[in-house]
Amino acid sequence: MNAFQWLYSDVVKEHFVNPRNVFDPEEKFESDAEGVVGNIKCGDQMMFLLKIENDIIQDVRWKTYGCASAIASTSMLSESVKGMDIRKAYGIKPTDIADKLGGLPENKIHCSVLGDKALRAAIDQYLEKQGRKGEFKGEDAVVICTCLNITDKDIEEAVKAGAHNWQKLQEATKIGTVCGGCKTKAEELLHEFVHIYS
Amino acid sequence: MSKTFVYMDYNATTPLRSEVKDRMVEALDVYANASSMHESGRRARAEIEEARASVARLIGAKDGSGLFFTSGGSESNNTVFMTMYQLGRKNPARRKIITTAIEHPCVMNAAAYLAEEGFPVVYLPVDSYGRVDMDTLEKELSPDTLLVSVMAANNEIGTIEDIKTITRMAKKVKAFMHSDATQAVGKIPLSVEDLGLDYLTLSCHKIYGPKGIGALYVRPGSPIQPLIRGGHQENGVRAGTYNNLGIIGFGKAAELALADLPDFGKKLTSLRSRLKEGLMAKIPHVRVNGHPEAVLPNTLNLSFPGAEGEAILLSLDLEGIQVSTGSACASGSLEPSHVLLATGLGPELAHGSIRFSLGRNSTEADVDYVIEKMPPIIQRLRRMSTVNPLLGQE
Repeated sequence: MNAFQWLYSDVVKEHFVNPRNVFDPEEKFESDAEGVVGNIKCGDQMMFLLKIENDIIQDVRWKTYGCASAIASTSMLSESVKGMDIRKAYGIKPTDIADKLGGLPENKIHCSVLGDKALRAAIDQYLEKQGRKGEFKGEDAVVICTCLNITDKDIEEAVKAGAHNWQKLQEATKIGTVCGGCKTKAEELLHEFVHIYS
Repeated sequence: MSKTFVYMDYNATTPLRSEVKDRMVEALDVYANASSMHESGRRARAEIEEARASVARLIGAKDGSGLFFTSGGSESNNTVFMTMYQLGRKNPARRKIITTAIEHPCVMNAAAYLAEEGFPVVYLPVDSYGRVDMDTLEKELSPDTLLVSVMAANNEIGTIEDIKTITRMAKKVKAFMHSDATQAVGKIPLSVEDLGLDYLTLSCHKIYGPKGIGALYVRPGSPIQPLIRGGHQENGVRAGTYNNLGIIGFGKAAELALADLPDFGKKLTSLRSRLKEGLMAKIPHVRVNGHPEAVLPNTLNLSFPGAEGEAILLSLDLEGIQVSTGSACASGSLEPSHVLLATGLGPELAHGSIRFSLGRNSTEADVDYVIEKMPPIIQRLRRMSTVNPLLGQE
């Protein structure tokens, strides 16, 4: 029995040991866009560099400060977005990456899979440079508060703008002020986004 | 070719010593209930009392009369705190609890429970080496202080606390004094008589004995109440049929630990400095956590900024090296080690910390293997890192 397996899948192990597309300063990779997310305080930080032509991702490099699953998930993501349309890449979710890795422990999906956010941050930067700011915003949004039609993306944006606790999030979005049924889910997302963006 | 396997996680637990194992194999046949009056029962009881005396000798107690067997360190610590809970409920004028910010979770959570119940609880800060801040202790000690609980040595960074002085200070306000000595016993000389403690916690699996057995020393005359109520075993302090196998194993492990103490200190001090110097010579930007002198001879805690602890741990694991880390990623929480944060270490350094804890089976070859394998691992992780290793170093 391989004792490593209980912690992570063989795919994770393989990407952890041999990560793909890691940024090497000597290589002089010329990127069109860059995205950085994460917080060293929480133990994970990630940088994504993209080379894009006609909205197609031509090449990718990344760096991360993080645990084995952070390294493996970013490596896996970097492989899968090569040749991908940026609109499609923008919609990649942590669970998509986890599935490709043969699964990750539940607590790791939230804290270590930052690659999708770093990738989106890089694509946002690219769009902004092209004068297309916000073009993909809300495309893959999931409605959290059905009373007020507030999505996960709205929460994410509010946290990015400084709403780091429930009270501030409510002030910014009015979330949970009608029936309050979304509070548990919304607080989970708040916690996750605070971890990533604060 | 068999894979090299280097165990450097002795503070987590130790392997069973062969002499202890042999003694336990014999003891498997000691089946009688040691509470029984008949001959088989009396024989079992005699073996238990022999073990009790042996454990008492290891901690410098006069005899076994103050020593109670428990299921381990967590139970011993909880027994002390729940005794204080009962005392404080009866006499609310004296129920302040003083402990430290770097205790083991079982003390932390037992203290937190008392705080929830309305007891004033103080967590003493520590200095950058992990030593208790004596000025704060002096200020906090008052006539309403019921208990002072300070660990003898820290499990993560190995820092040894000045229990003798702390006890003397606690006694001035007539507070009870407890020390969780789970990591200190068997590694450094220690005597409850010399220290003047009311309570001391120890555990068998940290001294090359079996798991599931520990002890609580209670100074004769100091109050103690059972956590587990039932029969009159252990003088009514701890109910439950005697754990013959565990107790007899504990007695043997304690006897050997006491005999080995001087050699253990010498050998481990030398191995620790070999490891520390070897790693620091080959890896730039390494920080040593813990006290430079008042430190357990077997414990070396280092931070490798720029590299994350879980990634280091698993990279070492792939090379057959077993260590532990203070990184949040390994604990399942978002917070890194409370001990390292209490010493003032920034999160960047706490997340990149590795604890090497060596033991009696460790060799120079083990140490040299780690010194050989570690530098490329740190270099690789730092190369792919967004964090500059110089960050937080100043």
